[in-house]
Amino acid sequence: MILSTAVAIAEARMGMPGEKYYSGRSRAITERAYIAFKSSTWIMVFSGFVEPVLFLLSFGYGLKDLVGDITVAGQPIGYVAFIAPALLATSAMNGAIYDSTYNVYFKLRHDRIYHGMLATSLGPMDVALGEISWALLRGFSYALGFMTIVAPLGLIPSMWGILAVPAAVLIAFGFASFGMAVTSYMKSYQQLEVINVILLPMFLFSGSFYPLDVFPEWLQTVIRLFPLAHAIDLVRGLTLGNISWALVGHAMYFVVMIVIGLFFTTRRLNALFMR
Amino acid sequence: MSQSLIHARGLTKKFGDFTAVNGIDFDVVKGESFGLLGPNGAGKSTAMRMIGATSQRTSGELTILDKDPEKFGPQIRAHLGVVPQQDNLDTQLSVTENLYIYGRYFGLNRKFLKGKIEELLAFAQLEEKRNAKVESLSGGMKRRLTIARALVSEPEILMLDEPTTGLDPQARHILWDRLFRLKEDGVTLLITTHFMDEAEQLCDRLVVMDKGSIMAEGSPAQLIKDYSTKEVLEVRFGSERNSQMANDLRQLCERIEELPDRILMYTEDGEELLERVYKKGFHPKTSLVRRSSLEDVFLRLTGRTLVD
Repeated sequence: MILSTAVAIAEARMGMPGEKYYSGRSRAITERAYIAFKSSTWIMVFSGFVEPVLFLLSFGYGLKDLVGDITVAGQPIGYVAFIAPALLATSAMNGAIYDSTYNVYFKLRHDRIYHGMLATSLGPMDVALGEISWALLRGFSYALGFMTIVAPLGLIPSMWGILAVPAAVLIAFGFASFGMAVTSYMKSYQQLEVINVILLPMFLFSGSFYPLDVFPEWLQTVIRLFPLAHAIDLVRGLTLGNISWALVGHAMYFVVMIVIGLFFTTRRLNALFMR
Repeated sequence: MSQSLIHARGLTKKFGDFTAVNGIDFDVVKGESFGLLGPNGAGKSTAMRMIGATSQRTSGELTILDKDPEKFGPQIRAHLGVVPQQDNLDTQLSVTENLYIYGRYFGLNRKFLKGKIEELLAFAQLEEKRNAKVESLSGGMKRRLTIARALVSEPEILMLDEPTTGLDPQARHILWDRLFRLKEDGVTLLITTHFMDEAEQLCDRLVVMDKGSIMAEGSPAQLIKDYSTKEVLEVRFGSERNSQMANDLRQLCERIEELPDRILMYTEDGEELLERVYKKGFHPKTSLVRRSSLEDVFLRLTGRTLVD
């Protein structure tokens, strides 16, 4: 039976776990983001995508002869193939961060758009999940776009590399979820700048351009507290075909990030709009 | 099933030490137009948000369609159309897209919405603006769109928080006309306002609120009858003489209210009172006889005017 009234649709979910927070319609929020996106400026999309490609061309092809091969798991790897997976992971991150931080902040503080959404039969978790899904879609599309450039160049030596695409989805999901949670606690644009202050060093030091073991032990430990190092290890492991249980560990890092992010975003939206 | 759609007893909301709504009791029955009248800060919007299941009460009883909003938030919100005090239209979307996506939030299907949107565009007189961005609409159009959007889910109860604040007189009258039509269609209206004329025009029954409490309840006509006289004589003697004159005028009528710029004299017959004022040898700079309004009721109950 097709439920056709707002009341029937809401009552069909009565008794479901978490029904006060989640109505199972996060898709409506994602659909809204898509409609808004269709009429937005495409240059914004483009710039986020182009950045990792520029790094690949500039650093990869500029340094490959100077650096020579890099040894990963006992195998010599060309420099461009070494940095390509790192840049793939970074594009997933960039795409996810853009929509889940600045865009969300604007809606939280300046537009009263979440008030409107939460006056309907939606719950805060629908809003959180819907916005995060949209952000991860952007991360996914950046990663996919990057893949279609690097794969034909022979920079994905292993067939396992195909799994780098779902890995990018997981990475984007993690960053989007955590990014939105952090953003929902921010009180000014200045505070939001903190995100950039973390992102750039993370990009530079997480083993994107050289193996992490150039650093002393303690610094490696510190770097591994941050998500990008795990994202890079995960994607690199797949594109180079170095499959091990460690990859599951890296993936789990993002699963935890998704869960924590969703939990806090939902809680915060509830506190902001439903008290 | 009880008669009332909305039932509140001792409804209270505190924010820390501040009591925004202080133990209010009221019932709203099906098909009526019920108003919360009071100045800014009286607790009207807070009460509306609790009824709208987007704010949790601190104590007291509250049921909407026999359900507790704290337990059945989404189910209750599915019955409601909410028009907030500040427009929260989606500025990134067009008029039609705003209506469409709001329907999607309720889970309504695309086919239903296609027809519904046309109906609502006609109702809100926005057919020519269907593809316009929200930003380009006038204040009155934005309000009408917000009301149309609230109707997309065919709610039983339409909640309007200060529906005409900030609108010019013509836009207000268009809006009132739309609200009358909804009432004729059997939609229950819950309205907050600090405009006495709006309350008199739109509400079958209302409560007068001040500082979180209900001061009085009844139909506009009954409230005026209970708390005021039939007519009011307003006289002005100039700001420095008003207070001195007030003492002399007091004995001439049932009750007087002294405002900074004028004196209000309550009586059954204003013209006759004015004659007596002149006979006593008092010569106000200006005088005006009018019928009592809810403004006078509010003044009587709280000693203050509605719009400061």
